[in-house]
Amino acid sequence: MFDNFFHKFYVAFIKNNDYKLLITGLQNTMIIAVGALIIGIFLGTIIAVIKVTPKKGIIGKFLDLLATVYITVIRGTPVVVQLLLIYFGILAKYRIDPLLTAVCVFGINSGAYVAEIIRSGILAVDKGQTEAGRSLGLTYGTTMTKIVLPQAIKNILPTLGNEFILLVKETSVAGFITVLDLTRATRNIVAGMYDVFVPYTVLALIYLVIVMIFTYLLNKFERWLRKSDNR
Amino acid sequence: MITVSNLHKKFGTNHVLCGINETIEKGEKVVIVGPSGSGKSTFLRCLNLLEVPTSGTITFEGKNITAPNCNINEVRMKMGMVFQHFNLFPHLTIENNITLAPVQLKLHTPEQAKANAVRLLARIGLSDKATAYPSQLSGGQKQRVAIIRALAMNPTVMLFDEPTSALDPEMVGEVLDLMRELAEDGMTMVVVTHEMNFAREVATRVLFMDNGVIAEQAPPSEFFSNPKNPRTIEFLSKVL
Repeated sequence: MFDNFFHKFYVAFIKNNDYKLLITGLQNTMIIAVGALIIGIFLGTIIAVIKVTPKKGIIGKFLDLLATVYITVIRGTPVVVQLLLIYFGILAKYRIDPLLTAVCVFGINSGAYVAEIIRSGILAVDKGQTEAGRSLGLTYGTTMTKIVLPQAIKNILPTLGNEFILLVKETSVAGFITVLDLTRATRNIVAGMYDVFVPYTVLALIYLVIVMIFTYLLNKFERWLRKSDNR
Repeated sequence: MITVSNLHKKFGTNHVLCGINETIEKGEKVVIVGPSGSGKSTFLRCLNLLEVPTSGTITFEGKNITAPNCNINEVRMKMGMVFQHFNLFPHLTIENNITLAPVQLKLHTPEQAKANAVRLLARIGLSDKATAYPSQLSGGQKQRVAIIRALAMNPTVMLFDEPTSALDPEMVGEVLDLMRELAEDGMTMVVVTHEMNFAREVATRVLFMDNGVIAEQAPPSEFFSNPKNPRTIEFLSKVL
Protein backbone atom coordinates (compact mmCIF):
# COMPACT_ATOMS: atom_id res chain seq x y z
CA MET A 1 0.00 0.00 0.00
CA PHE A 2 2.81 2.38 0.89
CA ASP A 3 4.62 1.59 -2.33
CA ASN A 4 1.46 2.59 -4.04
CA PHE A 5 1.28 5.84 -2.05
CA PHE A 6 4.86 6.77 -2.83
CA HIS A 7 4.34 5.99 -6.48
CA LYS A 8 1.31 8.21 -6.63
CA PHE A 9 3.18 10.88 -4.67
CA TYR A 10 5.97 10.67 -7.24
CA VAL A 11 3.53 11.00 -10.11
CA ALA A 12 1.69 13.86 -8.53
CA PHE A 13 4.49 16.06 -7.31
CA ILE A 14 7.89 14.98 -8.59
CA LYS A 15 7.50 13.62 -12.11
CA ASN A 16 6.46 16.87 -13.79
CA ASN A 17 8.16 19.09 -11.22
CA ASP A 18 4.70 19.95 -9.89
CA TYR A 19 6.08 20.42 -6.38
CA LYS A 20 7.18 23.84 -7.60
CA LEU A 21 3.51 24.66 -8.02
CA LEU A 22 2.97 23.62 -4.43
CA ILE A 23 5.81 25.83 -3.20
CA THR A 24 4.35 28.82 -5.01
CA GLY A 25 1.00 27.96 -3.46
CA LEU A 26 2.54 27.76 0.00
CA GLN A 27 4.20 31.13 -0.55
CA ASN A 28 0.94 32.76 -1.62
CA THR A 29 -0.98 31.21 1.27
CA MET A 30 1.53 32.60 3.75
CA ILE A 31 1.57 36.01 2.02
CA ILE A 32 -2.21 36.22 2.31
CA ALA A 33 -2.34 35.01 5.92
CA VAL A 34 0.49 37.22 7.22
CA GLY A 35 -0.51 40.24 5.14
CA ALA A 36 -4.13 39.91 6.22
CA LEU A 37 -3.15 39.61 9.88
CA ILE A 38 -1.10 42.82 9.67
CA ILE A 39 -3.96 44.70 8.01
CA GLY A 40 -6.38 43.09 10.47
CA ILE A 41 -4.37 44.22 13.50
CA PHE A 42 -4.11 47.74 12.11
CA LEU A 43 -7.84 48.01 11.33
CA GLY A 44 -8.85 46.09 14.45
CA THR A 45 -6.91 48.40 16.78
CA ILE A 46 -8.53 51.49 15.29
CA ILE A 47 -12.03 49.98 15.46
CA ALA A 48 -11.50 48.70 19.01
CA VAL A 49 -10.28 52.08 20.27
CA ILE A 50 -13.26 53.78 18.63
CA LYS A 51 -15.59 51.31 20.34
CA VAL A 52 -14.15 51.61 23.85
CA THR A 53 -13.75 55.40 23.82
CA PRO A 54 -16.50 57.02 25.85
CA LYS A 55 -18.63 58.75 23.25
CA LYS A 56 -18.20 62.43 22.73
CA GLY A 57 -19.79 64.74 20.18
CA ILE A 58 -21.12 64.04 16.75
CA ILE A 59 -17.88 62.76 15.16
CA GLY A 60 -17.40 60.18 17.90
CA LYS A 61 -20.94 58.91 17.46
CA PHE A 62 -20.53 58.75 13.67
CA LEU A 63 -17.27 56.78 13.96
CA ASP A 64 -18.89 54.45 16.45
CA LEU A 65 -21.79 53.81 14.08
CA LEU A 66 -19.34 53.18 11.23
CA ALA A 67 -17.42 50.68 13.37
CA THR A 68 -20.62 48.87 14.35
CA VAL A 69 -21.77 48.62 10.73
CA TYR A 70 -18.35 47.35 9.65
CA ILE A 71 -18.25 44.64 12.30
CA THR A 72 -21.87 43.59 11.66
CA VAL A 73 -21.52 43.34 7.88
CA ILE A 74 -18.11 41.64 7.85
CA ARG A 75 -18.95 39.10 10.54
CA GLY A 76 -22.41 38.53 9.11
CA THR A 77 -21.32 37.43 5.61
CA PRO A 78 -19.05 34.57 4.45
CA VAL A 79 -15.54 35.54 3.43
CA VAL A 80 -15.97 33.71 0.08
CA VAL A 81 -18.90 35.95 -0.76
CA GLN A 82 -16.85 39.02 0.19
CA LEU A 83 -14.01 37.81 -2.05
CA LEU A 84 -16.29 37.18 -5.04
CA LEU A 85 -18.21 40.41 -4.60
CA ILE A 86 -15.12 42.59 -4.32
CA TYR A 87 -12.97 40.90 -6.97
CA PHE A 88 -15.60 40.20 -9.66
CA GLY A 89 -18.25 42.69 -8.63
CA ILE A 90 -16.50 45.86 -7.57
CA LEU A 91 -12.92 45.69 -8.80
CA ALA A 92 -13.51 43.78 -12.07
CA LYS A 93 -12.91 46.84 -14.26
CA TYR A 94 -9.64 47.82 -12.59
CA ARG A 95 -7.71 44.58 -13.20
CA ILE A 96 -6.22 44.54 -9.74
CA ASP A 97 -3.84 41.70 -8.92
CA PRO A 98 -5.90 38.86 -7.37
CA LEU A 99 -3.24 38.16 -4.72
CA LEU A 100 -3.31 41.79 -3.59
CA THR A 101 -7.11 41.69 -3.57
CA ALA A 102 -7.06 38.54 -1.47
CA VAL A 103 -4.65 40.08 1.06
CA CYS A 104 -6.89 43.13 1.37
CA VAL A 105 -10.19 41.22 1.58
CA PHE A 106 -8.87 38.78 4.18
CA GLY A 107 -7.32 41.73 6.02
CA ILE A 108 -10.58 43.66 6.11
CA ASN A 109 -12.39 40.48 7.13
CA SER A 110 -9.90 39.70 9.87
CA GLY A 111 -10.04 43.30 11.12
CA ALA A 112 -13.60 42.80 12.33
CA TYR A 113 -12.63 39.76 14.39
CA VAL A 114 -9.40 41.31 15.64
CA ALA A 115 -11.35 44.42 16.68
CA GLU A 116 -13.47 42.28 19.01
CA ILE A 117 -10.37 40.49 20.34
CA ILE A 118 -8.64 43.80 21.10
CA ARG A 119 -11.79 45.34 22.51
CA SER A 120 -12.29 42.56 25.02
CA GLY A 121 -8.55 42.70 25.83
CA ILE A 122 -8.85 46.39 26.64
CA LEU A 123 -12.02 45.89 28.70
CA ALA A 124 -10.26 43.17 30.71
CA VAL A 125 -7.79 45.75 32.08
CA ASP A 126 -8.97 46.92 35.51
CA LYS A 127 -10.90 50.19 35.40
CA GLY A 128 -8.75 51.44 38.28
CA GLN A 129 -5.80 51.67 35.88
CA THR A 130 -7.61 54.21 33.73
CA GLU A 131 -8.75 56.09 36.82
CA ALA A 132 -5.22 56.20 38.23
CA GLY A 133 -3.86 57.51 34.94
CA ARG A 134 -6.57 60.13 34.57
CA SER A 135 -6.30 61.20 38.23
CA LEU A 136 -2.64 62.09 37.60
CA GLY A 137 -3.79 64.49 34.87
CA LEU A 138 -2.92 62.29 31.88
CA THR A 139 -5.21 62.64 28.86
CA TYR A 140 -7.44 59.79 27.73
CA GLY A 141 -5.09 59.13 24.80
CA THR A 142 -1.93 58.99 26.90
CA THR A 143 -3.65 56.81 29.51
CA MET A 144 -4.66 54.46 26.71
CA THR A 145 -1.27 54.21 24.98
CA LYS A 146 0.99 54.24 28.04
CA ILE A 147 -1.11 52.37 30.61
CA VAL A 148 -4.06 50.39 29.24
CA LEU A 149 -2.86 49.09 25.85
CA PRO A 150 0.51 47.73 27.11
CA GLN A 151 -1.45 45.66 29.65
CA ALA A 152 -4.16 44.70 27.18
CA ILE A 153 -1.56 43.21 24.82
CA LYS A 154 -0.98 40.36 27.25
CA ASN A 155 -4.67 39.46 27.06
CA ILE A 156 -4.75 39.95 23.31
CA LEU A 157 -1.70 38.13 21.93
CA PRO A 158 -2.71 34.51 22.64
CA THR A 159 -6.15 35.02 21.06
CA LEU A 160 -4.54 36.82 18.16
CA GLY A 161 -2.42 33.74 17.51
CA ASN A 162 -5.63 31.76 17.28
CA GLU A 163 -6.96 34.24 14.75
CA PHE A 164 -3.84 33.64 12.64
CA ILE A 165 -4.44 29.87 12.69
CA LEU A 166 -8.00 30.44 11.49
CA LEU A 167 -6.72 32.78 8.79
CA VAL A 168 -4.20 30.27 7.42
CA LYS A 169 -6.99 27.75 6.88
CA GLU A 170 -9.52 30.28 5.63
CA THR A 171 -7.20 31.40 2.83
CA SER A 172 -7.91 28.05 1.13
CA VAL A 173 -10.85 29.76 -0.59
CA ALA A 174 -8.61 32.37 -2.24
CA GLY A 175 -8.60 30.15 -5.31
CA PHE A 176 -12.15 31.37 -6.00
CA ILE A 177 -10.62 34.57 -7.35
CA THR A 178 -7.84 32.80 -9.28
CA VAL A 179 -5.13 33.18 -6.64
CA LEU A 180 -2.73 30.24 -6.82
CA ASP A 181 -2.73 29.37 -3.13
CA LEU A 182 -1.93 25.94 -1.66
CA THR A 183 -5.40 24.54 -2.28
CA ARG A 184 -5.70 25.93 -5.79
CA ALA A 185 -2.22 24.58 -6.64
CA THR A 186 -3.22 21.12 -5.47
CA ARG A 187 -6.43 21.25 -7.44
CA ASN A 188 -4.43 22.10 -10.54
CA ILE A 189 -2.20 19.12 -9.94
CA VAL A 190 -5.21 16.85 -9.42
CA ALA A 191 -6.74 18.05 -12.67
CA GLY A 192 -3.79 16.62 -14.59
CA MET A 193 -3.93 13.11 -13.15
CA TYR A 194 -6.34 10.36 -12.16
CA ASP A 195 -5.57 10.25 -8.44
CA VAL A 196 -7.35 12.48 -5.95
CA PHE A 197 -6.63 10.88 -2.59
CA VAL A 198 -2.87 11.33 -2.36
CA PRO A 199 -2.58 15.00 -3.42
CA TYR A 200 -5.38 16.08 -1.09
CA THR A 201 -3.93 14.07 1.78
CA VAL A 202 -0.64 15.84 1.24
CA LEU A 203 -2.46 19.18 1.12
CA ALA A 204 -4.20 18.45 4.41
CA LEU A 205 -0.88 17.45 5.98
CA ILE A 206 0.77 20.69 4.86
CA TYR A 207 -1.96 22.78 6.53
CA LEU A 208 -1.75 20.59 9.61
CA VAL A 209 2.03 21.02 9.87
CA ILE A 210 1.82 24.82 9.44
CA VAL A 211 -0.79 25.04 12.19
CA MET A 212 1.14 22.67 14.48
CA ILE A 213 4.36 24.63 14.10
CA PHE A 214 2.55 27.84 14.81
CA THR A 215 0.69 26.38 17.80
CA TYR A 216 4.01 25.22 19.23
CA LEU A 217 5.52 28.70 18.86
CA LEU A 218 2.40 30.26 20.34
CA ASN A 219 2.50 28.02 23.41
CA LYS A 220 6.15 28.86 23.97
CA PHE A 221 5.38 32.53 23.66
CA GLU A 222 2.45 32.30 26.08
CA ARG A 223 4.63 30.57 28.65
CA TRP A 224 7.15 33.38 28.28
CA LEU A 225 4.40 35.96 28.79
CA ARG A 226 3.19 34.23 31.92
CA LYS A 227 6.72 34.07 33.27
CA SER A 228 7.13 37.81 32.89
CA ASP A 229 3.94 38.16 34.92
CA ASN A 230 5.63 36.71 38.00
CA ARG A 231 8.71 38.83 37.93
CA MET B 1 -9.51 76.23 48.11
CA ILE B 2 -12.31 73.84 47.14
CA THR B 3 -15.88 75.05 47.22
CA VAL B 4 -18.73 72.66 46.56
CA SER B 5 -22.23 73.99 46.15
CA ASN B 6 -25.47 72.08 45.84
CA LEU B 7 -23.75 68.97 44.48
CA HIS B 8 -26.03 66.17 43.28
CA LYS B 9 -25.08 62.82 41.80
CA LYS B 10 -27.48 60.20 40.47
CA PHE B 11 -26.65 56.76 39.11
CA GLY B 12 -29.80 55.99 37.15
CA THR B 13 -32.57 56.32 39.69
CA ASN B 14 -30.18 55.97 42.60
CA HIS B 15 -29.72 59.40 44.18
CA VAL B 16 -26.29 59.09 45.82
CA LEU B 17 -25.45 62.70 46.62
CA CYS B 18 -28.37 64.92 47.55
CA GLY B 19 -27.16 68.50 47.69
CA ILE B 20 -23.76 68.92 49.28
CA ASN B 21 -22.40 72.34 50.23
CA GLU B 22 -18.89 72.41 51.59
CA THR B 23 -15.78 74.56 51.60
CA ILE B 24 -12.35 73.15 52.19
CA GLU B 25 -9.62 75.67 53.05
CA LYS B 26 -5.93 75.42 52.28
CA GLY B 27 -4.07 73.35 54.88
CA GLU B 28 -7.17 71.65 56.23
CA LYS B 29 -7.23 67.92 56.87
CA VAL B 30 -10.81 66.89 56.32
CA VAL B 31 -11.73 63.34 57.22
CA ILE B 32 -15.01 61.97 55.88
CA VAL B 33 -16.63 59.11 57.76
CA GLY B 34 -19.98 57.42 57.49
CA PRO B 35 -21.76 54.12 56.87
CA SER B 36 -21.16 52.31 53.58
CA GLY B 37 -23.38 53.53 50.79
CA SER B 38 -23.61 56.99 52.30
CA GLY B 39 -21.86 58.59 49.32
CA LYS B 40 -18.43 59.37 50.85
CA SER B 41 -16.41 57.87 48.02
CA THR B 42 -18.69 59.31 45.36
CA PHE B 43 -18.29 62.75 46.93
CA LEU B 44 -14.50 62.41 46.93
CA ARG B 45 -14.46 61.18 43.34
CA CYS B 46 -16.61 64.12 42.28
CA LEU B 47 -13.93 66.51 43.56
CA ASN B 48 -11.59 65.57 40.68
CA LEU B 49 -14.43 64.66 38.32
CA LEU B 50 -13.71 60.93 38.21
CA GLU B 51 -17.46 60.97 38.72
CA VAL B 52 -19.21 63.70 36.78
CA PRO B 53 -21.75 65.45 39.02
CA THR B 54 -25.37 65.39 37.86
CA SER B 55 -25.77 69.01 39.00
CA GLY B 56 -24.08 71.57 41.19
CA THR B 57 -20.76 73.37 40.94
CA ILE B 58 -17.27 72.74 42.26
CA THR B 59 -14.63 75.46 42.25
CA PHE B 60 -10.97 74.73 42.82
CA GLU B 61 -8.47 77.54 43.38
CA GLY B 62 -11.02 80.01 42.02
CA LYS B 63 -11.75 78.02 38.86
CA ASN B 64 -15.14 76.45 38.16
CA ILE B 65 -14.09 72.89 37.29
CA THR B 66 -17.64 71.73 36.52
CA ALA B 67 -17.85 74.24 33.65
CA PRO B 68 -17.84 72.51 30.26
CA ASN B 69 -14.85 74.53 28.97
CA CYS B 70 -12.64 73.66 31.94
CA ASN B 71 -9.53 71.60 31.16
CA ILE B 72 -9.94 68.88 33.76
CA ASN B 73 -6.49 67.40 33.10
CA GLU B 74 -4.82 70.61 34.29
CA VAL B 75 -6.96 70.54 37.43
CA ARG B 76 -6.16 66.90 38.14
CA MET B 77 -2.43 67.64 37.97
CA LYS B 78 -2.94 69.72 41.12
CA MET B 79 -5.12 67.12 42.90
CA GLY B 80 -3.35 63.92 43.89
CA MET B 81 -5.54 60.88 44.42
CA VAL B 82 -4.86 57.66 46.31
CA PHE B 83 -7.15 54.69 45.74
CA GLN B 84 -8.27 51.82 47.94
CA HIS B 85 -6.71 49.29 45.56
CA PHE B 86 -3.46 51.25 44.98
CA ASN B 87 -3.81 51.04 41.18
CA LEU B 88 -0.09 50.95 40.53
CA PHE B 89 0.75 50.22 36.90
CA PRO B 90 1.81 46.54 36.96
CA HIS B 91 3.75 46.70 33.68
CA LEU B 92 6.07 49.47 34.88
CA THR B 93 8.84 49.44 37.46
CA ILE B 94 8.25 51.37 40.69
CA GLU B 95 10.45 54.20 39.44
CA ASN B 96 8.59 54.39 36.11
CA ASN B 97 5.27 54.34 37.96
CA ILE B 98 6.41 57.52 39.68
CA THR B 99 8.00 59.26 36.69
CA LEU B 100 5.38 58.43 34.01
CA ALA B 101 2.97 61.30 34.62
CA PRO B 102 5.51 64.09 35.39
CA VAL B 103 7.46 63.23 32.22
CA GLN B 104 4.42 62.77 29.98
CA LEU B 105 2.93 66.05 31.17
CA LYS B 106 6.27 67.83 30.75
CA LEU B 107 6.33 68.87 34.38
CA HIS B 108 9.86 67.47 34.64
CA THR B 109 12.54 66.29 32.24
CA PRO B 110 13.20 62.54 32.50
CA GLU B 111 16.36 63.28 34.54
CA GLN B 112 14.56 65.60 36.95
CA ALA B 113 11.69 63.15 37.32
CA LYS B 114 14.10 60.34 38.07
CA ALA B 115 15.96 62.40 40.68
CA ASN B 116 12.61 63.29 42.22
CA ALA B 117 11.53 59.63 42.27
CA VAL B 118 14.82 58.64 43.93
CA ARG B 119 14.30 61.32 46.57
CA LEU B 120 10.67 60.30 47.22
CA LEU B 121 11.57 56.60 47.41
CA ALA B 122 14.33 57.39 49.92
CA ARG B 123 11.80 59.29 51.98
CA ILE B 124 9.60 56.21 52.37
CA GLY B 125 12.59 53.89 52.76
CA LEU B 126 12.04 51.96 49.54
CA SER B 127 15.10 53.04 47.57
CA ASP B 128 16.00 49.42 46.91
CA LYS B 129 12.66 48.83 45.15
CA ALA B 130 13.17 51.37 42.35
CA THR B 131 13.65 48.71 39.68
CA ALA B 132 11.16 46.23 41.17
CA TYR B 133 7.67 45.70 39.79
CA PRO B 134 4.50 46.33 41.81
CA SER B 135 3.77 42.59 42.14
CA GLN B 136 6.97 42.23 44.20
CA LEU B 137 5.79 44.68 46.86
CA SER B 138 3.60 44.16 49.92
CA GLY B 139 0.25 45.93 50.14
CA GLY B 140 1.57 48.58 52.48
CA GLN B 141 4.56 49.24 50.26
CA LYS B 142 2.30 49.49 47.21
CA GLN B 143 0.07 52.05 48.86
CA ARG B 144 3.04 54.13 50.02
CA VAL B 145 4.38 54.10 46.46
CA ALA B 146 0.93 55.13 45.22
CA ILE B 147 1.05 58.08 47.61
CA ILE B 148 4.45 59.29 46.44
CA ARG B 149 3.41 58.71 42.82
CA ALA B 150 0.69 61.28 43.43
CA LEU B 151 3.14 63.53 45.31
CA ALA B 152 5.54 63.51 42.35
CA MET B 153 3.09 65.82 40.56
CA ASN B 154 3.45 68.41 43.36
CA PRO B 155 -0.29 68.56 44.02
CA THR B 156 -1.80 71.25 46.23
CA VAL B 157 -4.40 68.87 47.65
CA MET B 158 -4.43 65.10 48.19
CA LEU B 159 -7.58 62.98 48.04
CA PHE B 160 -7.54 59.61 49.80
CA ASP B 161 -10.27 57.08 49.01
CA GLU B 162 -10.18 54.50 51.83
CA PRO B 163 -6.39 54.13 51.51
CA THR B 164 -6.08 51.42 54.18
CA SER B 165 -9.25 49.38 53.58
CA ALA B 166 -7.59 46.81 51.31
CA LEU B 167 -4.54 46.30 53.55
CA ASP B 168 -3.66 43.57 55.99
CA PRO B 169 -3.99 44.99 59.51
CA GLU B 170 -0.23 44.88 60.13
CA MET B 171 0.37 47.16 57.14
CA VAL B 172 -2.16 49.85 57.99
CA GLY B 173 0.26 51.60 60.34
CA GLU B 174 2.98 52.32 57.81
CA VAL B 175 0.50 53.95 55.41
CA LEU B 176 -1.14 56.04 58.12
CA ASP B 177 2.30 57.14 59.34
CA LEU B 178 3.15 58.45 55.89
CA MET B 179 -0.19 60.25 55.72
CA ARG B 180 0.51 61.79 59.15
CA GLU B 181 3.86 63.06 57.87
CA LEU B 182 2.12 64.63 54.89
CA ALA B 183 -0.35 66.31 57.21
CA GLU B 184 2.46 67.69 59.34
CA ASP B 185 4.10 69.10 56.21
CA GLY B 186 0.96 71.18 55.71
CA MET B 187 -0.61 69.31 52.80
CA THR B 188 -4.32 69.94 52.28
CA MET B 189 -5.96 66.53 52.61
CA VAL B 190 -9.41 65.06 52.12
CA VAL B 191 -9.57 61.53 53.47
CA VAL B 192 -12.37 58.98 53.31
CA THR B 193 -11.54 56.36 55.90
CA HIS B 194 -12.77 54.00 58.59
CA GLU B 195 -9.70 54.65 60.76
CA MET B 196 -11.28 56.60 63.60
CA ASN B 197 -8.01 57.03 65.47
CA PHE B 198 -6.48 58.66 62.41
CA ALA B 199 -9.47 61.00 62.21
CA ARG B 200 -9.13 61.85 65.89
CA GLU B 201 -5.41 62.60 65.71
CA VAL B 202 -4.92 64.17 62.30
CA ALA B 203 -8.18 65.74 61.18
CA THR B 204 -8.86 69.42 61.59
CA ARG B 205 -12.49 68.66 60.79
CA VAL B 206 -14.57 65.49 60.60
CA LEU B 207 -17.53 65.23 58.22
CA PHE B 208 -20.18 62.61 58.87
CA MET B 209 -22.03 61.60 55.73
CA ASP B 210 -25.32 59.75 55.72
CA ASN B 211 -27.75 59.14 52.84
CA GLY B 212 -26.00 61.52 50.47
CA VAL B 213 -25.77 64.55 52.72
CA ILE B 214 -23.30 65.83 55.29
CA ALA B 215 -25.30 65.10 58.41
CA GLU B 216 -22.86 66.57 60.90
CA GLN B 217 -19.44 68.15 61.00
CA ALA B 218 -17.19 69.24 63.84
CA PRO B 219 -13.55 69.30 64.95
CA PRO B 220 -12.56 65.77 65.98
CA SER B 221 -12.47 66.47 69.73
CA GLU B 222 -16.06 67.61 69.64
CA PHE B 223 -17.19 65.11 67.01
CA PHE B 224 -16.08 62.07 68.98
CA SER B 225 -16.89 63.25 72.49
CA ASN B 226 -20.09 65.15 71.89
CA PRO B 227 -21.90 64.08 68.70
CA LYS B 228 -25.29 65.70 68.22
CA ASN B 229 -27.04 64.00 65.30
CA PRO B 230 -28.74 60.73 66.33
CA ARG B 231 -27.37 59.02 63.20
CA THR B 232 -23.85 60.09 64.17
CA ILE B 233 -24.34 58.75 67.68
CA GLU B 234 -25.62 55.45 66.29
CA PHE B 235 -22.71 55.21 63.82
CA LEU B 236 -20.06 56.02 66.42
CA SER B 237 -21.52 53.52 68.86
CA LYS B 238 -20.99 50.82 66.23
CA VAL B 239 -17.44 51.69 65.15
CA LEU B 240 -15.80 52.81 68.39
